[in-house]
Amino acid sequence: MIKSFWENLTINQKLAITAWFFLAVPIIFYVTIRFYPTFEAFYVSFMKWNLLGTQKYIGFKNFSRIFGDEDFWIVFWNTIKYAIIGVPISLLISFTVAYYLNEIRFGHQTIRALYFIPFLTTAVAMAWVWRWFYQPMPIGYFNIILSWFGIEQQPFLRSVEQGLYSIMAPAVWAGLGFQIVIFIAGLRAIPKSHFEAAEIDGAGRFQILREIILPALKPTTVFLVIISTIGFLRIFDQVYNMSADSAGGPLNSTKPLVLMIYEYAFDMYKLGRASALTVILFLLLLFVSLLQLWLARDQYEKK
Amino acid sequence: MEDTLKNIKLFLFSIIGSIFIFSSITANAVEIEYWQYTYKARVEAIDKLIANFEKANPDITVKHTSFPYADYRKKVSIAISSGDGPDLVQLYYGWLNDYRDGGLIQPLPKDTFPHDEIESNFFKMVSSMKVDGDYWGLPTAVRSLALFYNNDLFSEAGLSGPPETLDQMVEYAKKLTKTDSAGNYIQVGFAVDTDGQDHHFWREVLIRHFGGQPYSNDGQKVTYNTDAGAEALKYLTDFEKTHKTGSNGFMNRGQDAFAAGKAGMVLDGSFRISKFNKTDGLNFSISELPGHNGTRYNFSSFWANALSTKAKGEKKEAAAKFLKYLTSEEAMQVWLDTVGELPAKPSVALVDANKGHPQYGPFIRGLDYATATTFISEKPQRQSVIDSYDMVVLQGMSPEDALAKVAKKEQELLDDFFGN
Repeated sequence: MIKSFWENLTINQKLAITAWFFLAVPIIFYVTIRFYPTFEAFYVSFMKWNLLGTQKYIGFKNFSRIFGDEDFWIVFWNTIKYAIIGVPISLLISFTVAYYLNEIRFGHQTIRALYFIPFLTTAVAMAWVWRWFYQPMPIGYFNIILSWFGIEQQPFLRSVEQGLYSIMAPAVWAGLGFQIVIFIAGLRAIPKSHFEAAEIDGAGRFQILREIILPALKPTTVFLVIISTIGFLRIFDQVYNMSADSAGGPLNSTKPLVLMIYEYAFDMYKLGRASALTVILFLLLLFVSLLQLWLARDQYEKK
Repeated sequence: MEDTLKNIKLFLFSIIGSIFIFSSITANAVEIEYWQYTYKARVEAIDKLIANFEKANPDITVKHTSFPYADYRKKVSIAISSGDGPDLVQLYYGWLNDYRDGGLIQPLPKDTFPHDEIESNFFKMVSSMKVDGDYWGLPTAVRSLALFYNNDLFSEAGLSGPPETLDQMVEYAKKLTKTDSAGNYIQVGFAVDTDGQDHHFWREVLIRHFGGQPYSNDGQKVTYNTDAGAEALKYLTDFEKTHKTGSNGFMNRGQDAFAAGKAGMVLDGSFRISKFNKTDGLNFSISELPGHNGTRYNFSSFWANALSTKAKGEKKEAAAKFLKYLTSEEAMQVWLDTVGELPAKPSVALVDANKGHPQYGPFIRGLDYATATTFISEKPQRQSVIDSYDMVVLQGMSPEDALAKVAKKEQELLDDFFGN
């Protein structure tokens, strides 16, 4: 029966069935391991649940308590700050590096590898190394270097004002390798003929950059902006490992949303509140991504 | 020939028979599971105690499992609530309410563990395991705080012996501090570390010295938002702010600074002794926490053993029997010798050999006047101390304002928990 069914199919139908058979594995995996829990989080966000007892429906209470919590707003703005400051800085640096790296031949591979290595290093190890760099005098390299120039000691991680930026720095640094490689690929993809034509027309370096390279790199840039914005909005490892006692301190000044979610879920076992926070983070990510796609829409309309 | 065959048959029968009988015996034996977190000395101690116990009780076998501390709580909660996991489980006393609330543990049977016996045999902080008229667990060992001080730095500063009072401690800290020409610390007098043990020091030692208490007796109300609390916070923050004898987080953690020989004094628990003993070139002594106005206070904490809700019938009986052994005087001495944690019964702790021990002695003497905080959840409650410290030191807030702020938040946490 099955055999005759199979034999009656056309080649294309057979190919399609085979393809779907293989696709079914990742689809089942994604649906059960990723999508189902995601929807479950929406459901749990309306519950009071401590992971052990029964779930109790409490309506929008989780959300109202979150929005009424002073700390949530600090954490929310921290998260936004990581993204809106971290993304432009990292893209600017990585583009500059990629632009000049693309022009040199000597040592190109080595330098590119050097930039890429931090991206491969585990965030935890890196965060701890930076944490030690930031220590006060007898052991912290940054402060030792400052003292050579007679500059006052900086508190870095022990400061409400500097903490966030001190943690952002290694996060920016770690992401550079990936962004540089993508930018270089984008630069290489620009047809040589464009540059030749521009040179014949007598365009200067800056004009070539502004009129040819930047427009041609727009899809690359949009891609990197979205990816790194999401990355910064989800920052966790660096903060968890660099702030004292993993608490996102001092005084919550470095705590991002993901760390707050983690604390509610696994320190306080308030799964409802934690789920409500994930819903907020999800909506934030969705909004930012849609906004960026909308801003870059002409890109897609042209194609 | 036939005879041989008969003999073989007989032989086989007897083997099969004995296997049968043997297996029916082992089927009668009860197996219980014991869980704790992985820490080499603790695992060794429990293995030793299980061997002793099984020898005395051949009908009970104990299966011992340990997990890394980071996963411990999650694994325990998930396993027990799904009907799996340990019959007897170790928990930090500060988790008691969480565990009770989650239905993970059951009260200890009164016939095996009569209350008057517990109350007369154990140190008084064990009473924090009594909730709603039942005891929910008992410790083998307890912990307290003491002052570690660096002998070399002390003699260099012309000091002999540890500070005896809080005022003296400040004075000594000043003498022990060294800075470079730009004012950066090279050596701190007292290594403040709010992530370490200092939040306990503030709550159970300083506040009490200044005439207050951190929480109401039932643990439901924050009571540190008072003059006593503010004075205690001022005392702690003044080391960094006014006396300039060190900064919080100098060399990462207080224990690191002390181990590196860059701190004159640090507060820590007896569990730190072995680390400092193994540190080359560190010449240190231990003393009781400094007193104030002629009294002394201390903080104690402990890991308790509790019966899980999974243990029923004969398993519960067997688990209770093992718990009885774990809280026996013999087990406590094994624990002190193997792990270095203090016996939970005065009858073991206060024998001269232990009380007069140069390293354990100060901790053991501290147990006499120690209190265990009734936490509902230690981490967020510790955070309020860390935050109030930072508000005063980093933001220049007054201790009163800082405490008002964190007290409000912590009270919400308590209200939430107690359903008020």
